[in-house]
Amino acid sequence: MAHPNLQAVGREGSGESVPSSIDLRQEFDAVEIAPILAQLDRELIGLLPVKSRIREIASLLLVERIRRKMSLANTYPTLHMSFTGNPGTGKTTVAMRMAGILHRLGFVRRGHVISVTRDDLVGQYIGHTAPKTKEILKKAMGGVLFIDEAYYLYRPENERDYGQEAIEILLQVMEAQREDLVVVLAGYRDRMERFFQSNPGFRSRIAHHIDFPDYSEAELLAIAELMLVEQNYRFSPEARDAFTRYIALRKTQPLFSNARSIRNALDRIRLRQANRIVAHLDRVLTSDELMAIEANDVLASRVFSGGFDKERTEP
Amino acid sequence: MRITQGCFSFLPDLTDEQIKSQVQYCLDNGWAVNIEFTDDPHPRNTYWEMWGLPMFDLRDAAGIMKELGDCRRVYGDRYIRISGFDSSHGWESVRISFIVNRPKEEPGFRLDRQEAVGRNIRYTTRAYAADRPEGERYQS
Repeated sequence: MAHPNLQAVGREGSGESVPSSIDLRQEFDAVEIAPILAQLDRELIGLLPVKSRIREIASLLLVERIRRKMSLANTYPTLHMSFTGNPGTGKTTVAMRMAGILHRLGFVRRGHVISVTRDDLVGQYIGHTAPKTKEILKKAMGGVLFIDEAYYLYRPENERDYGQEAIEILLQVMEAQREDLVVVLAGYRDRMERFFQSNPGFRSRIAHHIDFPDYSEAELLAIAELMLVEQNYRFSPEARDAFTRYIALRKTQPLFSNARSIRNALDRIRLRQANRIVAHLDRVLTSDELMAIEANDVLASRVFSGGFDKERTEP
Repeated sequence: MRITQGCFSFLPDLTDEQIKSQVQYCLDNGWAVNIEFTDDPHPRNTYWEMWGLPMFDLRDAAGIMKELGDCRRVYGDRYIRISGFDSSHGWESVRISFIVNRPKEEPGFRLDRQEAVGRNIRYTTRAYAADRPEGERYQS
């Protein structure tokens, strides 16, 4: 494996000599991992257990990297992970960041993420699955393969299901080409648990199981405000109160999917705000007016009148 | 006789490490990489058999090296070459092509002379290997 940064330190003196001591601070700064972790802290609200696990993994990889440099480690660490949690808890986002971290530390060569589901891996007729799975694996080489809702690969009710074939190819590559790609499985907690029980091969090949907790109401509000700031909107104080009540109500209604529901709600609020602005055409608009979201934009939601907003895109 | 064609043909055979960095160069340029094989060494034999499909949208050479390994396992006694196809407008053609595998023994070519009208001589080359049927040409 090529480690572009790896040759920077410890090369002075006699050619290929192995350094016996390494400046940890220098090493830490050299891989520029601190900015990524800081960005993770800044942009991801809540998720404390996840963040601490990522820090642990990053530290482990940093130490592993130094050990490799000092020729103390000769095996390649297993980096495959499983992310479990409810919908909208940030699994995909974290997978993207994880790819960045692994890339900085030199454990994946390119740092791209290929995100797939069952349809991308499993074929429709005999002999279709293996080439399809291998194609995806080839694309993911040098990066991270993110398999969303991985449990759909295994369909116990149909013993002739082609998913099993995809699983076998995956397992083989996960073991034999650990240097070439990192596989991240994601899905709901209970179903992943059952998936692992029926496929013990997967469980033993996955080193890191990370559980994503649901967001609290305060965290959801913070997420909403962060999303609005990114799009150059802001809540008026009354609108913020209204949205706090919205979150509390929405959480009790069916099909709630954390940050994704918040994003959909904000999209609809922006729609109502635009509608309100366009309703009065004969006037001069200020940028403040364009940015402000008023209480009425929030309160018009169907959530307040008992029914939940339809979210057709939800699984 | 050692067959030379494509890039790097006057260099010693590339090592796997060197092949890998050439493939990575192709991928970094956004070219689709192909693996082709044949057992007819004639220089005018342009269209070789393809091993699988052209490999689009790859980021890292590891996947192609694995395919090359598979191809060598099956057709290790034949010529295998890797080519990089540039699909960008104005190029739309093969930008690089080099041999990555060759038979252990390459018997070379026979030069035939045909006497034609007016004491003209017509020359033609025949690969000794092509005397045997396809698929058995390099089996010892």
